[in-house]
Amino acid sequence: MTLVTTVMGLLLALASVGAAVVAIRVRSLPVAILAAGLVSLLAAVLFVLLAAPDVAMTEAAIGSGLTTFLFFFVLGRVRGGGDHD
Amino acid sequence: MIRTFFVVLLLLGLGAVFAGLMVGYTPDAELNATARYYADNTAADTGAANIVTAIIVTYRGLDTLGEVTVLFLTAAIVALVLAAGREKDPASRIAPPPAGELLTTGSRLLAPLILLLGVYVFANGHLTPGGGFQGGAILASAVLLLLLTDPLRHFGHRLISVVESLSGFIYVLIGVAGVVLAGGFLDNRILPLGDFGALLSAGAIPVIYTLIGLKVGAEFASMLVSLSETEEPR
Amino acid sequence: MTLVTLAIATGFALVLIGLLGALTDRNILRMIVAFTIANTGVNLVLIGVGMLPGRTAPILDEAVSVAQAAARIVDPVPQALVLTAIVIGLGVTALMLAYALRLHQTRHSLDIRTFTELKW
Repeated sequence: MTLVTTVMGLLLALASVGAAVVAIRVRSLPVAILAAGLVSLLAAVLFVLLAAPDVAMTEAAIGSGLTTFLFFFVLGRVRGGGDHD
Repeated sequence: MIRTFFVVLLLLGLGAVFAGLMVGYTPDAELNATARYYADNTAADTGAANIVTAIIVTYRGLDTLGEVTVLFLTAAIVALVLAAGREKDPASRIAPPPAGELLTTGSRLLAPLILLLGVYVFANGHLTPGGGFQGGAILASAVLLLLLTDPLRHFGHRLISVVESLSGFIYVLIGVAGVVLAGGFLDNRILPLGDFGALLSAGAIPVIYTLIGLKVGAEFASMLVSLSETEEPR
Repeated sequence: MTLVTLAIATGFALVLIGLLGALTDRNILRMIVAFTIANTGVNLVLIGVGMLPGRTAPILDEAVSVAQAAARIVDPVPQALVLTAIVIGLGVTALMLAYALRLHQTRHSLDIRTFTELKW
């Protein structure tokens, strides 16, 4: 039980750090936003392993759901002038 | 280039501080005094099975009132900042191509179910994981689905603001009723505590969390609607 | 390495990655994305500190009775704190995005180098 959760935790931790690196390094802005949403989603699963189901639900619904959509709304409005580096 | 160097230097210092915090950190074996009080007395004090809910709604209820106030201010500022860029006549906005049959039918089918799930989540907040904030976000996601189907749909700002201010007002009234009828502001014992673990138990907690859910849902929905009503790029 | 230290280490790593992105990127939207990553990292650290190994979620039911709650559940206070922090985090993100959108409407650019009025 504890070994399984530790291995799962290790995989989730590596995946979320990897997704965070992708989010700040990738050139395309939509991919960066999706990767940040993925970091939130993986963190939500980590919260379940850390015995915090309330926080996990909040993070999944608000942190990874609504935040990503807010970003895409704004991205749709600024397309063309935003990403030129 | 020199700027990046300083940033990396700063972050290395911060990383050293973090590593210092990590080294030799051992988790406590026992709960500290505050947490122990909550663990021992939540069931008797509030009748709620979910201790996190009891802390948010009752023990630290004033903080939660402040939190929804901050969220209300945020929604108001977002609407204010974006209002200047909005076109006066909604009919003059360029109509986007219509959403596909799949999205239209699917959203008609799903939106009531999503609303129902949101209500379920915040009505059961005192028994299971979940509560007003999660349920409110789920309500807002139903609004989001309708916005995706028909971006020009006119959402009544009046309805959203009526739901928002009415639930906030009743929330404060319940808090004041706690001062008059029970032990203090936002005390949940103005209603009978009921059977432990039943849906209608824990005094006023389900009522308060339902109001928080409606208020938070209305605030998130208002942020989404304000953002979607801004000018399309030309 | 236990789950608790793993979670705290991941949280610190996310904070550092987020700050690196926020301080080095020139595009305002990318800076906001990096801030949300740092925000998630802080939440992860707080929940990791509140976790006591081998214990279960702070919800009383058939599995955890009231009498044995103090010996079986994790610390509920950081969880309530982080729940608040996530909701306020979305509010802060929405504000930053609204200001970014206004800046883009008035100046038609999201490059931080073009906004020099407040620079000294």
